[in-house]
Amino acid sequence: MWIIKQRKIFYIISSILVGLSLITIATTGIKFGIDFTGGSLVEVAFLEDRPTNQDIVSLVSGLEFMEGASVRESGDISMVIRSKEITNLQKDELIQTLEGSYTIEEERFSTIGPSLGAELKTKSIMAVLLALFLIVLFIAFAFRHVSKPVSSGKYGMITVVAFLHDLILPLGVFALLGYFFGIEVDSLFVTALLVILGYSINDTIVVFDRIRENLLPLNDETKKKRFEEVVGKSIEETYARSINTSLTTLLALTALYLFGGATTQTFALALIVGVIAGTYSSIFLASALLVTVKKRQDKKGM
Amino acid sequence: MKKRLFALFIFLLFILGGWFLVQTENEDKTVQYRPFKYGLDLQGGVHLGYKADVSALAEEDINGAMTSLKETIERRVNLFGVSEPLVQTETSLGASEESKHRLIVELPGVTDLNEAIEGIGATPVLEFKLLDRDVQTTFFEKYGELEEGVELSEEEVLEFSDNLYRTTGLTGALLDRALVQFLPPNNQPAISLRFNGEGKDLFKEITENNTGEILAIFLDGALLTQPVIQQAITNGEAQITGQFSVEEAQTLVRDLNFGALPVPIELIETQVVGPTLGKEIIEKGVFALLIGLAGICIFLIIWYRAWGVIATIALSIYVLIMLLLFKFLPVTITASGIAGLILSLGMAVDANILIFERVKEELAGGANPRNAVIAGTDRAWSSIRDGNISSLISAVILFYFSGASLVKGFALVFALGVLVSMFTAIVVTKTLALGVVPEKKNLLFGMGFKK
Repeated sequence: MWIIKQRKIFYIISSILVGLSLITIATTGIKFGIDFTGGSLVEVAFLEDRPTNQDIVSLVSGLEFMEGASVRESGDISMVIRSKEITNLQKDELIQTLEGSYTIEEERFSTIGPSLGAELKTKSIMAVLLALFLIVLFIAFAFRHVSKPVSSGKYGMITVVAFLHDLILPLGVFALLGYFFGIEVDSLFVTALLVILGYSINDTIVVFDRIRENLLPLNDETKKKRFEEVVGKSIEETYARSINTSLTTLLALTALYLFGGATTQTFALALIVGVIAGTYSSIFLASALLVTVKKRQDKKGM
Repeated sequence: MKKRLFALFIFLLFILGGWFLVQTENEDKTVQYRPFKYGLDLQGGVHLGYKADVSALAEEDINGAMTSLKETIERRVNLFGVSEPLVQTETSLGASEESKHRLIVELPGVTDLNEAIEGIGATPVLEFKLLDRDVQTTFFEKYGELEEGVELSEEEVLEFSDNLYRTTGLTGALLDRALVQFLPPNNQPAISLRFNGEGKDLFKEITENNTGEILAIFLDGALLTQPVIQQAITNGEAQITGQFSVEEAQTLVRDLNFGALPVPIELIETQVVGPTLGKEIIEKGVFALLIGLAGICIFLIIWYRAWGVIATIALSIYVLIMLLLFKFLPVTITASGIAGLILSLGMAVDANILIFERVKEELAGGANPRNAVIAGTDRAWSSIRDGNISSLISAVILFYFSGASLVKGFALVFALGVLVSMFTAIVVTKTLALGVVPEKKNLLFGMGFKK
């Protein structure tokens, strides 16, 4: 199977992508939304022509509490103004200022205290780690009968590697998007990461499951000798399904991204990146890693 | 033949379900009116998040205090006249010990944040007030003993309510603790009160001067109970007896203790959503759902031909079951919930695809279509099960970690989606396939493109 034979190429592609993502994250950082940092968000709809971001920035810059505020377009007619935490009275003042120049309708006002934001960060990290831990445990359990030639715990470890790959790529993409377009990471983004976790592992499991099935009738000696071949055959038998499932999921996500409205647009985008990364890693990375792990074992003389 | 009838039966159920779904949205039809429940982000309203300071409370009292707080705030919220307000307490995972207790208030349809914050107001107070017999007598003279169900107009109530009870200066701050007791001979529950130093003196004075009178207890302006002062009490230890059930006694004690040590609340999160934003999100969400569904179905039919048609029906049944569950569980629909439903469409097909790919292998191996369906479903099961368990793990963790209703709505829909999609793939797809497959292979029931 060419994927197994050429696995080094895929390792290199993945390493480059992951490396680039990490560099981007390290240099530009990730732009966190008010869910994480605390602050206020005001969304207004412009019933007549929508002004440019710059118009709004210069208009509200006269207000002291709007210092450091950022403005972004949202949906077809609306704009979102993000700032540090403001009171309800200050928000009313802001609305009055805007009403002085435009015909607007106030659509949304959110304020989140800074402690709540810090808490969400902790929570998100805890949630991702816990999900990861439980899923590895589950995989080690589900594949407990295939301890030869590679132990079930290693199947679990490899899914973690695949997942880290699928997690770092969307983070990198969002670091870039944040830098260029001011797109922020919010609690829905974390949700997307957890969905990607489930999805990526689901994909990997289908391939592993096939390996498990194909190994079952073989005796221990044959398993060792023909492991590479079995893995290759299993990928061959499952990649049509992996790609088809990804395609249908991507169809649904693209519909959500294009037509689903502003609230869930970044969520859809994060998922699109994650699903592509997840499909790639389950076909080209996870099973190939199994072969690499097995070769290492052989060298050590196990 | 049996298989065909069963497939037909499923198909008819599907039609009936669709009809039911539409009818329950309609207020004046024969079927019970049961509209979808929309979250605050879709119908507009105010969301307020408070931090409850329980630092002064003993660990075992926290739950009771939070329940009393919730009920008190509920009473205040009900004054808004909002339909279906939500008041709930939450323990936030991942927060520090002193800030993890939360009170969430959601008022659909309210858009004036100031009014909402003021209406919910500050910390509730427990008060002991004496019933004024004179006012009561005038009241009865004027209106007689009120029969049950007779209600007075607002002015009539106001005329008396201000004067009916006299303030005594005795408040929750002077109450040390309340406990449930069981009195012999037949373990009748009663409530014992212990006042603190200052409270003891004031209570003594009140009971000495007003023996035989009624000393009513109010929490946040609402009457809790009206015990009669039987005798002067000098040691600050009183007992309220009466025909309480154990449950009533416990509720009363909980409220009294809450009044003795009220929980201060601090606003840490607010959100106001205007009424127009939600409508737009729903319209766009439904449109995206339909486009997504259509796209997937077209893909499936091109790739899997007749099998694709079966998958299309199965997927439509999946959406229908989800919508019926939204309605009858009920699930509060939010923007993220709609996103979850759309996402789950793609994933729901996964089980179908797994089965079809297996069926394809069986067909290639020379099995007849009927046996291919049976063996294919069987052999796909372990992948479907294991893959979905990992998705379920994610969903459950999301649900428990998310304080934000935005994420919770998604997690619930996602988890439901995983479960329902397993059902539709294994039961619906298999049944429909068995109902229509021919004995011999033909072009329609072939699959995909030849290599």
